[in-house]
Amino acid sequence: MGIDLAIVAAKAVVVVLMVLSLAGLLGWVERKGSALVQDRIGANRASVLGFAGLGLVNTMLADPIKFLTKEDVVPATVDRRLHLLAPCLNLFPALVTFAVIPFGDVLRLGGREIPLQVAQLNIGVLYVLVMASVGVYGVVLGGWASNNRWSLLGGLRGSAQMISYEIAMGLGLISAILFYGTVDLQEMVRAQAGGPLAWGFVYQPVALLLLLTSGIAESKRVPFDLPESESELVSGYFTEYSGVKHLMFFMTDFVEVIIVSGLVATIFFGGWQVPYLGPQGFELAGGRIVALPHLVVALLQVAAFTVKVVALCWFQIMIRWTVPRFRYDQLMRLGWKGLVPIGLANVMVTALAVVGLG
Amino acid sequence: MALAVFGLLAALLLVGALVVVLHPDSVYSALALVGVMALLAALFVTLDAHLIAAFQVIVYAGAIMVLFLFVIMLIGRPGSGGPFARGKLLWAASGLGAAALAVGLGTMVARSALPTPDAGRAEFGTTTTLARALFTTCLLPFELTSVLLLIAVVGAVVLAKGRPRA
Repeated sequence: MGIDLAIVAAKAVVVVLMVLSLAGLLGWVERKGSALVQDRIGANRASVLGFAGLGLVNTMLADPIKFLTKEDVVPATVDRRLHLLAPCLNLFPALVTFAVIPFGDVLRLGGREIPLQVAQLNIGVLYVLVMASVGVYGVVLGGWASNNRWSLLGGLRGSAQMISYEIAMGLGLISAILFYGTVDLQEMVRAQAGGPLAWGFVYQPVALLLLLTSGIAESKRVPFDLPESESELVSGYFTEYSGVKHLMFFMTDFVEVIIVSGLVATIFFGGWQVPYLGPQGFELAGGRIVALPHLVVALLQVAAFTVKVVALCWFQIMIRWTVPRFRYDQLMRLGWKGLVPIGLANVMVTALAVVGLG
Repeated sequence: MALAVFGLLAALLLVGALVVVLHPDSVYSALALVGVMALLAALFVTLDAHLIAAFQVIVYAGAIMVLFLFVIMLIGRPGSGGPFARGKLLWAASGLGAAALAVGLGTMVARSALPTPDAGRAEFGTTTTLARALFTTCLLPFELTSVLLLIAVVGAVVLAKGRPRA
């Protein structure tokens, strides 16, 4: 009992730390990525004792220190309790969402079978929708509690946008659930064993598009960043936040990028599956097996999942710096008149295919 | 253990419900209602009804209450004084109604033999079990409910658009 509890706690801590450090890393990658897209050097001013060579490490350290040591300005006219609650309600659901995403198969260690997934929930992927729907409150309250017209407009835009794109996201997930015949993400990954031709994106390309688009819209990044849109709303729902609270909103952004990547990698790109790697080792053509010890197989799987997540994060950052912001009516039209009908049609086609082909 | 968890959740739920009714600020009332929904979901989890708990949060806390807050923000906070500056008749009427409801519910609970939930069974409350029940034995009421919701949506659109100008 005690050891089981300790294992679960260890998994939770490791996953949260991994997500947080990757989020910090993405802060640097985003700057370097934007510099790459805009043909400049960028993000090379952070130096430790005159040493600027390790740009990555320096920026990763300098960013949090800057935020932590900044003055935390709380305007006099805000509702102080809700003002404090909003960033917490924004970051918390994002951080706990990763609990259901499997980062490896079962690890056998000292006679124990440890599933490499923090929470084996019966509702599986629905948990992601639960947390996505709770995440709206951080945006709404941030906009409301700031007692600022720009913030309120940003909060209202954010909540309308997130509720609208949750439907498209749900429809994309329904297609995937129909295709795999399960809501369990671990089972979905196991169904994608074999080469890349067995991965979900081959069979559910429309659902992939729906989930990726609505996922980016849920994380409120360009081209869907109307809730903050600097040119009109100063900084939207977190205009009146500074210091650590601003960092929490900032972090949520990147954590949501990682979650979208994790979810898309799990459902459509084989999750922790390494092509042609079975539980015994590499299974080559003609029935030959290159045997590998269990620990190596497990490590390879975790590494494969990490690589896929990081690649998808990079893809999202490239989208953020190449596509211009939508207008609000375009955003709503894309959501309700574009993605929702496509999603409904995809659910119908998938259902017919599943029933027709057995 | 289970009883202690239930007691804690139920106590918090009652406190939340009281805040919903008594708080003068409608934003706090709405937030307390969100908390009540979340605690209700937690109670469902203690009964092994995980799917119901998920739906409770997705539908009520995640969609309906967000729209409540949305409307409160668009209209703005109502004037000070809150809902209790409305006279003694309303107080008496609502007190009477609440008492009647309490008595009715109390007798109903007292008379019915509450079956102990068979939460011990492995497949109880799982997604598969619930889906099977929903789409086989309860298919007709389930589909009729969706028609009912459609009627409500059409009605809302008609009311919102108003009469067409002749």
